[in-house]
Amino acid sequence: MEQNRSYLVAVIGDRDSVLGFRAVGFDVHFAEEPQDAGILLKKLVRDGKYAIIYITEPLFTVLSELIETYRDLTLPAIIVIPSVSENSGVGIRRIQNSVERAVGADILFKE
Amino acid sequence: MALTRVNPTRMELTKLKKRLQIARRGHKLLKDKRDELMKQFMAVVKENMELRLKVEEKLQGLHSGFYLAAASTSPKILEESLIYPKMKSRLEVGTKNMMSVNVPTFSFDSKSIENGDIYSYGFTFTDSRLDEALGNLGDILPDLLKLAEVEKTAQMLAAEIERTRRRVNALEYIMIPDYQENIKYITMKLDENERGNITRLMKVKDMMIAQQFQTKQ
Repeated sequence: MEQNRSYLVAVIGDRDSVLGFRAVGFDVHFAEEPQDAGILLKKLVRDGKYAIIYITEPLFTVLSELIETYRDLTLPAIIVIPSVSENSGVGIRRIQNSVERAVGADILFKE
Repeated sequence: MALTRVNPTRMELTKLKKRLQIARRGHKLLKDKRDELMKQFMAVVKENMELRLKVEEKLQGLHSGFYLAAASTSPKILEESLIYPKMKSRLEVGTKNMMSVNVPTFSFDSKSIENGDIYSYGFTFTDSRLDEALGNLGDILPDLLKLAEVEKTAQMLAAEIERTRRRVNALEYIMIPDYQENIKYITMKLDENERGNITRLMKVKDMMIAQQFQTKQ
């Protein structure tokens, strides 16, 4: 990977959740349907212009299989953010998942 | 353990012993690597957790603010206000070597945030709540970025730990016992041959003595 190249940030999600990110200069892509989002995500990853892709929770849940295949790439980092309508703790579960993968057991979140 | 067929020769034995030694050393090194990775991973995960909770909470507030603003402004105007952003977020991406895992580091390109002004519209037609929501968004931007960096790091470290753990286990439970078994097999075979040789010699010696004894008589 090239060092210190300039990259962009992308956001994928439903209109209400992500429109605001435009103001801070992220590339905002609307996707209401999971299929569209999947195609979009593939395209964005292939593009290679983006260092971070934020994706809203409902879409993430549907696309988790696809996203899993990108997990071991250095770039882009695909990060879940809560959407307007939903915050079910998918992000937290993802961390949990990392821990489980590393340790072989869930040690942080024993209840 | 299924015994792999090895030639019971001294050469093979020396070779196996050398391999066993290397495997042991590799095992020790990998184990150390795993432990150190784990240590760093725990720190990263803790940070990740805190950041995520913080960002999610803030985003939640932001969403509701933005939602309110959107409700009181016509969608067209809202869209229009945001159609041409004043700043373009550009990231500098570097890599940091963390236990030979190349993790990315993100930082804002300094050019893109010269002034704090992110409002890309006149204030005439929009709700002040929109300004507020966007202002908040600007504030959490660094956290959002940090979250991406930390979370990616955690994921990559997790993958590396998993790989290392597999290797350690493979060495510990398969390779090393295998070598040991083979070495034992060869040593026993060689010893057996040696004993066979000695008995044969003794027998021959006995026979020779008996023969000499007969000729003397």
